[in-house]
Amino acid sequence: MNFLQMLGRRALDVLASWGRGALFFLDLLRAVPAALARPGLVIAQVHAIGNRSLVIILASGMAVGFVLALQLYNTLTTFGAAESLGLVVNLSLVRELGPVVTALLFAGRAGTSLTAEIGLMKAGEQISAMELMAIDPKARVLAPRFLGGIISMPLLAALFSAIGILGAYVVAVLLIGIDAGNFWSIQQNGVDVWRDVGNGVVKSAVFGVICTAVALYQGYETEATPEGVAYATTRTVVTASLGVLAMDFILTALMFSTP
Amino acid sequence: MSDKPFIEIDHVTFGYDSRRTILNDLSLTFARGKVTAVLGGSGCGKTTLLRLIGGVHAANSGRVVFDGEVVDVHDKAQLYRLRRRLGMLFQFGALFTDLNVFDNVAFPLREMTDLPEALVRDIVLMKLNAVGLRGAAHLKISEVSGGMARRVALARAIALDPELIMYDEPFAGLDLVSMGVAAKLIRTLTDVTGATTLLISHDVPQCMAISDWVVLMATGGRVVAQGTPAELMASTEPEVRQFVRGEPDGPVKFHYPARPVAADFGLEAAP
Repeated sequence: MNFLQMLGRRALDVLASWGRGALFFLDLLRAVPAALARPGLVIAQVHAIGNRSLVIILASGMAVGFVLALQLYNTLTTFGAAESLGLVVNLSLVRELGPVVTALLFAGRAGTSLTAEIGLMKAGEQISAMELMAIDPKARVLAPRFLGGIISMPLLAALFSAIGILGAYVVAVLLIGIDAGNFWSIQQNGVDVWRDVGNGVVKSAVFGVICTAVALYQGYETEATPEGVAYATTRTVVTASLGVLAMDFILTALMFSTP
Repeated sequence: MSDKPFIEIDHVTFGYDSRRTILNDLSLTFARGKVTAVLGGSGCGKTTLLRLIGGVHAANSGRVVFDGEVVDVHDKAQLYRLRRRLGMLFQFGALFTDLNVFDNVAFPLREMTDLPEALVRDIVLMKLNAVGLRGAAHLKISEVSGGMARRVALARAIALDPELIMYDEPFAGLDLVSMGVAAKLIRTLTDVTGATTLLISHDVPQCMAISDWVVLMATGGRVVAQGTPAELMASTEPEVRQFVRGEPDGPVKFHYPARPVAADFGLEAAP
């Protein structure tokens, strides 16, 4: 009976936390029009959030491009298809690796930073002060960051993919010696701007919603103590990463299930 | 000026969870245009009382009346309308650390009004001048001391000339000079603006010096005594005497309830 009670309590806690998360997300959506009416706040957040992640995104994109080119060259040569390396690199990055890896890095870099920022604002009673000034903190603080995250993510993913393709170019063309014209022209012919690039951008925007909403929720709901903020940042990385991976599978199945 | 109290706490019971009641059937009134100090030890529900008045929490039972209107935390429009009439000084200032001193004071003006920036500047400098910090307008929050931060927060709290100013532990952690400055500011602001002032503290001398009315609260939100500072200082009630004289033991016990010492140190079998 005790075990059953414990199980029931745990299940209720999980359901309650999902409920709180859903209500928080609805509140956030309701606050979006107010944030859109003040584009200056949103632009400042795009600048802040984008800048926070830029170095890690560019460095990772370059490294992924290098490794992809090396690995694919070895495998494709076995089948005599080395000339299609540029296309495979491009599709891998634009469709999958760009949006997903960017989102995972974003959760670890900008996401934790957002959680800590909001959590410390809460611990320092800045959120309460705003509420008592009759200013809605969801509209003034959270919604601009939410929109900033959604706008930043596709831009960062595009940079990740672009720098990754350049990295692959360096390895494949400059180091291995694949024909440069072939490297670019096969991409031009094989990559569809709507189906491939467009879907990649849609994925990034969805991942932006997940990562930013999770980061803000964890910050807003955190216990206002140093331990609480530390725990919340960890939860941000775990929850946002799992959410991104699960949503990636669903979106890929919807977008690319037919050839 | 109306004789009706500005704030009325009417049989309010409140607890953050079902296991612990912070305020139990508390009834109080706060007179319009006066400085009322609520004194009491840590954890007796003083700050909770301020949060209930500000509509941050809803009472489990009873009602909070703000200038004749019952505060309903579920009516966001009413809540925000009432909050526009109050200013609150938080215990540690709650200043926005990403803004400098000037922008902190300007924040409510920029957010809540459409005043031109030139007028915002003038008002901010006037408010900072009132708290003696006009020269510190350009400083970052990390560059100001605890006492200065409290004064910046006070300038921000009065930026919109509120009708009710609530101070949560305005003297905590301040040196004697800063404490004296803060006390003088609170009294002067009330006299000049005519605002109703609600002061939560456990600093007896400062509160007695500047208050028109003093309420002494004990654990559970019980009102031990209330009256003018002179009446409370002259009280012969043991609980009042213990608090105003700062005696370590008396009706309010020094020790948190515990098992007998002998049982905890293994000198006899625990019951």
